[in-house]
Amino acid sequence: MSEAPRLLFVEGLNKSYGGVHAVRNVSFSVAPGEILALIGPNGAGKTTCFNMLNGQTPADSGRVVLRGQDISGKQPREVWRLGVGRTFQITATYASMTVRENVQVALISFQSKLYSMLNATQRFASDEADRLLGLVGMEGYAARPCGELAYGDLKRLELALALANDPKLLLMDEPTAGMAPRERVELMRMTAQIAREKEIGVLFTEHDMDVVFEHADRIIVLNRGSIISEGSPDQVRNDPQVKAVYLGDGLVFGQHAEAHA
Amino acid sequence: MGFYFVQFLTGLASASALFLVASGLSIIFGVTRIVNFAHGAFYMLGAYIAFTLTERLSGAFGFWGGILIAALAVAVIGVIVEMLLLRRIYSSPELFQLLATFGLTLMVEDLVVLIWGPDDLLGRRAPGFRGAVEMFGQNVPSYDLFMIVLGPVVLGILWLLFHRTRWGILVRAATQDRDMVAALGVNQKWLFTSVFGAGVFLAALGGALQIPRDAVHHALDLRIIVEVFVVVVIGGLGSITGAFVAAVLVAELNAFGILILPKVSIVLVFLVMAVVLIVRPYGLFGKPEAVARKTPGLSVRPWAPFTRNERIACLVGVALAALLPLVAGNYALTVGAEIAIFVIFAASLHFLMSVGGLASFGHAAYFGLGAYGVAFLAKLAGLPMILCLALGPLLGLAGAAIFGFFAVQLSGVYFAMLTLAFAQIVWSIAFQWVPVTGGDNGILGIWPEQWAAGPARFYWLSLGIAVAVVSILRIIVFSPFGYALRGTRDSLLRSESIGIDAKRIQWTAFVIAGTAAGIGGSLFAYLKGSVFPDNIGIGLSVDALVMVLLGGVETVSGAVIGAIVFKALSIWLVSQTDWSKLILGGVIVLIVVAFPKGIVGMIETWRHSWRARSDAPSAKPAGLAASQPEGAE
Repeated sequence: MSEAPRLLFVEGLNKSYGGVHAVRNVSFSVAPGEILALIGPNGAGKTTCFNMLNGQTPADSGRVVLRGQDISGKQPREVWRLGVGRTFQITATYASMTVRENVQVALISFQSKLYSMLNATQRFASDEADRLLGLVGMEGYAARPCGELAYGDLKRLELALALANDPKLLLMDEPTAGMAPRERVELMRMTAQIAREKEIGVLFTEHDMDVVFEHADRIIVLNRGSIISEGSPDQVRNDPQVKAVYLGDGLVFGQHAEAHA
Repeated sequence: MGFYFVQFLTGLASASALFLVASGLSIIFGVTRIVNFAHGAFYMLGAYIAFTLTERLSGAFGFWGGILIAALAVAVIGVIVEMLLLRRIYSSPELFQLLATFGLTLMVEDLVVLIWGPDDLLGRRAPGFRGAVEMFGQNVPSYDLFMIVLGPVVLGILWLLFHRTRWGILVRAATQDRDMVAALGVNQKWLFTSVFGAGVFLAALGGALQIPRDAVHHALDLRIIVEVFVVVVIGGLGSITGAFVAAVLVAELNAFGILILPKVSIVLVFLVMAVVLIVRPYGLFGKPEAVARKTPGLSVRPWAPFTRNERIACLVGVALAALLPLVAGNYALTVGAEIAIFVIFAASLHFLMSVGGLASFGHAAYFGLGAYGVAFLAKLAGLPMILCLALGPLLGLAGAAIFGFFAVQLSGVYFAMLTLAFAQIVWSIAFQWVPVTGGDNGILGIWPEQWAAGPARFYWLSLGIAVAVVSILRIIVFSPFGYALRGTRDSLLRSESIGIDAKRIQWTAFVIAGTAAGIGGSLFAYLKGSVFPDNIGIGLSVDALVMVLLGGVETVSGAVIGAIVFKALSIWLVSQTDWSKLILGGVIVLIVVAFPKGIVGMIETWRHSWRARSDAPSAKPAGLAASQPEGAE
């Protein structure tokens, strides 16, 4: 693993809230094009980890290195400018705009046109916005008010927003939570395809083990803030400690998929 | 030494009354999220009714009973107001309730004059507390000592109420998360009504208890409401203990400020509030506001630039307005110019409020700075009018750049209060820096030059500048910057995670709005031929808010209509009747009930539903049917 070029390199992250050690000494790395899942029980520290990666939450200690550059302590917006896209566990989109306008705002920011005041936004990069919507299968929704989208569509819109800055790394916090089963598969298939094509590293958290074991190249298991297991889906599935704290016994995630393969 | 001690005691006694009123405002806001502007009016009503009752009823029981009955009576009025008026508008845009309670305040101001007359009324002394106690060789009124004891007693009672009763626990729960409380099966309607009644009771009690200390008059409401807002914000919204500590702080600042720093005594509390908010953005005892849950199903129609037909309609409207001098007399044209100026002012605040989601309670500061800018340039530097008009608003820009930088670090009510504090600071500079600003006498003799003199020419000038300012603001709304600004309003989280520096965007918007307001102020100085500290006053800031809310805060330029309606109506009413506030307040209340989205907001809703009905068959989205969610949560 250490031979592969590393996109993201995390070393010794720590975070405490009062007496609670939410994340302790977490280190891992992500390679370009790799899909890495971060799993664990509720309260394991997954979201805290995520928030420290893109600067939402300052880490108590530790380093986050993106493509050789130390990004610890940077603001989320600065991290974004370095090529990190992010989606949220609870979607954050612009409810008062249309779907296309949502993407346009991201493109305005990406092209540093935020202070342009006398041009109309209507035509600003609308082709590029539609292309991004096409990537996530939402070309038909461009003119819809974002406020009336169903939750699953909001998740896809978030993916389009996260892709607007041509990211090198995607952080997806529970990307399929609240979606119907068919949509989950579809979204993750789409994500995986985009990631492979563009060599984007994807780090995601997820509670749906079907999604995790089917799509992740590698899995990291967190429990009480520490990494208790790391490896391929097979290795993690058979790790007794993981079974004890999280997966339980007698579960057969992803095995039918391998049977087909 | 003795003198200072007595001064300290006087401050404590005032603090108790202030605390009663402030705690009421705080719990009302905490639970219902209503910024109850009428709180001062309820305080004043409490004082008037208590005055009448204590005059009529005799003996010790008569006095104390009268005070209690007065507070209860006003609480009943509050409950009726809540049930008949506020219940209808809880789902309206935030701050819309402010408009309703502002209308009520106007009505009450005229009603008390109608009932009790315009003169100051001196109430009875309290039985048993008529004398004075000697301390350190000074006389302290024994009623002050009673008040000093009363404050902590009420604090204790409130604490018990909120921690030991079922109702109090529900109130505290609702302050944290009212949706969850509703989901747990609590009848929210009655909870809101009872909280509003309790808050009004405290306000009226505070007013009633003041009658032995202070004369009752019909301007009590505005005097107290600003002070109470300051107390609540310094203490931290929703915190009763905070309200108590802040009440003591503010009352002592008032008591000692006049002795130690007479020059800045008026503004001292606002300076303190500004510092507190900059250092502790949620007040001394407040907690960060929970992010308001977006009500699902709240369908917001995305804004769109004017269509060709709408553009033509606007042009026709402007052309008709430009023809006004052909038919109207001089008085009407002067009124027309004033309305045009207030369109500029209201549109500038509307830009900040509707696009940026930043409701400034002190927008008059930048209007007034623009006016003073012109006054300085014209009177002191003797520059020609055209240069004054061009450079005067720069003072508004400078003020907005300095104050805006601090204000945009906050949001919601705290933002509103910090902007109010800044406006008061600017006001007191204009009021007290007599050698430069002329103080209360203002600066006189700022008249337009020949090319703009005369009602018709000045009207055209004002109209032209108003059209230009509103057009430019509209262009900015639909520019990339406008979208970025709206993005920071919709979701800060999303904005920061797509590389937008939200604070800087909001600061820029604040400067744009301040400059536009300054342009209005510059014209206003020439219209009136003078500038006064009133041009920065709280009254003017509130007027701007009312115009924006009346027009509809969720619209692109509703403030234009709001300003025309409000200004025309108020000028006309003043010329027609002595009870203009009563009627204007009544009209505002009616509009609030009839148009819960503001005038323009309502018109847009009608147009939209009419259009949706006429082309319903073709409105189906072309989305992928297969990917429609089956069970989205």
